[in-house]
Amino acid sequence: MRLLKFQGGIHPKGHKEATCAKPIEAFPLPDYLYLPVQQHIGAAAEPEVQVGQRVLKGQLLAHSQGAVSAPIHSPASGVVSSIEDLPAPHPSGLPVKTIVIKTDGKDEWVSTSAPIDPFKLSAAEIALRVGAAGIVGLGGATFPSAVKLNLRDKHTIHTLVMNGAECEPYLTCDDRLMQEHAAQIVDGVRIMQMALGATKVIIAIESNKKTALTIMQEAAAEFDDVEIVKVPTRYPMGSEKHLIKAVTGKEVPAKSLSADIGMIVHNVGTAFAIHKTIRYGLPLLSRIVTISGGAVKEPKNLEVPLGTRVADVIEYCGGLTEQPARLLMGGPMMGQTLPHTNVPIVKGTSGILALTAKEVADDAIMPCIRCGSCVSACPCGLIPLEMAKRANKGDFNGAIDYGLMDCIACGSCAFVCPSHIPLVQYFNFAKGSLAEKQQADKKASETRRLSELRNARLEREKKQKEEAAARRKAEKEARDKAKAAAAQKDGGASTQHKASKEKEEAVV
Amino acid sequence: MYAAIFVLTTLGFTLGALLGLAAKRLKVETSPVVDKINELLPGTNCGQCGFPGCGQAAEALAGGEASVTLCPPGGRSVALELAELMNVSIDASAIADEGPIVALVKEATCIGCTRCFKVCPTDAIVGAPKQIHSVIKSACTGCKACIDVCPTECLVIEPVETTLQTWHWPKPAIAA
Repeated sequence: MRLLKFQGGIHPKGHKEATCAKPIEAFPLPDYLYLPVQQHIGAAAEPEVQVGQRVLKGQLLAHSQGAVSAPIHSPASGVVSSIEDLPAPHPSGLPVKTIVIKTDGKDEWVSTSAPIDPFKLSAAEIALRVGAAGIVGLGGATFPSAVKLNLRDKHTIHTLVMNGAECEPYLTCDDRLMQEHAAQIVDGVRIMQMALGATKVIIAIESNKKTALTIMQEAAAEFDDVEIVKVPTRYPMGSEKHLIKAVTGKEVPAKSLSADIGMIVHNVGTAFAIHKTIRYGLPLLSRIVTISGGAVKEPKNLEVPLGTRVADVIEYCGGLTEQPARLLMGGPMMGQTLPHTNVPIVKGTSGILALTAKEVADDAIMPCIRCGSCVSACPCGLIPLEMAKRANKGDFNGAIDYGLMDCIACGSCAFVCPSHIPLVQYFNFAKGSLAEKQQADKKASETRRLSELRNARLEREKKQKEEAAARRKAEKEARDKAKAAAAQKDGGASTQHKASKEKEEAVV
Repeated sequence: MYAAIFVLTTLGFTLGALLGLAAKRLKVETSPVVDKINELLPGTNCGQCGFPGCGQAAEALAGGEASVTLCPPGGRSVALELAELMNVSIDASAIADEGPIVALVKEATCIGCTRCFKVCPTDAIVGAPKQIHSVIKSACTGCKACIDVCPTECLVIEPVETTLQTWHWPKPAIAA
């Protein structure tokens, strides 16, 4: 049964009007591009260019390592000016290995393959090409898309759900993309559908995107198995499990994947990137980014080459009108704070928000009054107040018993809390601490194994030494015995001979 | 000569088999508490607690002769786990825990004397005579056994660097 909703959730103010009617502008190529080797979930890419080397647009800069990883390509022609550790677009601002390209403005392409008919390719071939193009989930999760396309090997996928919900306030990049490139998105969706072997596609769009809904409906009209579904505007509609629940009525069980119930969710932006890759052989070189927030002079949607500095992008939007109280990458609900603007735009950057103090509303934290607002708001059916209490005390196992691992960190609980308790921050802290502990435990068991191996080796060496010594001793004794026996024999036979031998020995 | 080798080898094997059999048959049952404590301890026998190894420390702990905070490389987390196992309450914040640490060879002063890797309980130091030695960070427990034997004081203890992979959000500043 399709109810088009899930339990809990919130209705934050949209703030989308600043950018949703403005066409996407192409950002002019900056002088320098900063490309971190880790822009995705999984293993970091390994650089394969040298400092000083000239690179062309679309050329492979770093290849993927391992099963879950993604390669990085050069978004422009130019010269590799350095490969160094630079601040990552991450709340910690810790360094990450970054390939710096000095662009030459010539925009010379590497030879790309001729357009091909994707519907003649095999599913494995499509996944391979998507992987080689460095495409990751562009909704912000940045999970390598090829890995998800290959899930048909292990699971039977019957439904592909396309996420065009864009439930985060302020962000309109997916909205604009659907308005401007509906046909390409639908084409990308159909390529993915074929690769997954799904019989049905549902493109879910929130009710606040009326234009996008109409345009997408027109674009998908000719395909019977592609359905556009209007879902209510409710945060977190864009969460994988909640979107599935809303459009199909089925619930993804705790601790399992959506593929376990035969469904896969991809973002519409990813579909657009896949369309460009499969049809025209273009790797992922740019993405649409919403630049918004009260402190930005002219909020815009921009198509930005990956690796562009946030500072350059903000400057293009007329700069800041005031010092932002918070600088965010992504949406205001789940976005990550940025330490400063000298970090690059990466594959997962859906938005750059410079929020004013008024928008952030950092109210004083008050004690919990156990009103239960967070319980009704939690879309996962958890009890945030109990979990937070345990996380605060350091009782992480207690928090797990209350379902910490099912928390998607959507922040609905903290949003509704009348006491302004940073509930979701406690859960992020608890999850991080647990991951740290897990790593420490793994290291401890490994070092214990090493220590045991070493002890066994020392024991073995000692034993071998003793055995060798015993053998040498035995051999010596045997030799001495043999000598003595021989001497006795000789002595009995002839004394003269012995005397002459002694003489001989003396001479020697 | 061959007879002697044969006799001694046979003797070695027979005695070895007997010892092996004895170890199984005449096994001294250790207390389950000691076994559990042993599992929690790092098991590297670094000796920082004052006992020769983790086994002896576990026995002392079980016998009530040592405190649950005895293990410096284990830090706060091991102390808390031990406290839970032994059912004693401790003040977690009072335990000195400067976070995970590892040893580092200062290459300018390393003379390649090989002493440090001979004492390393986890084989975390690699090197050869008259070659600069190096610490494999992922195998180092920070037990400081190498620090004492280094003749040039080129081994230092450093906190484990936080990377993008290991960083996580700190606890929110104000209590809920």
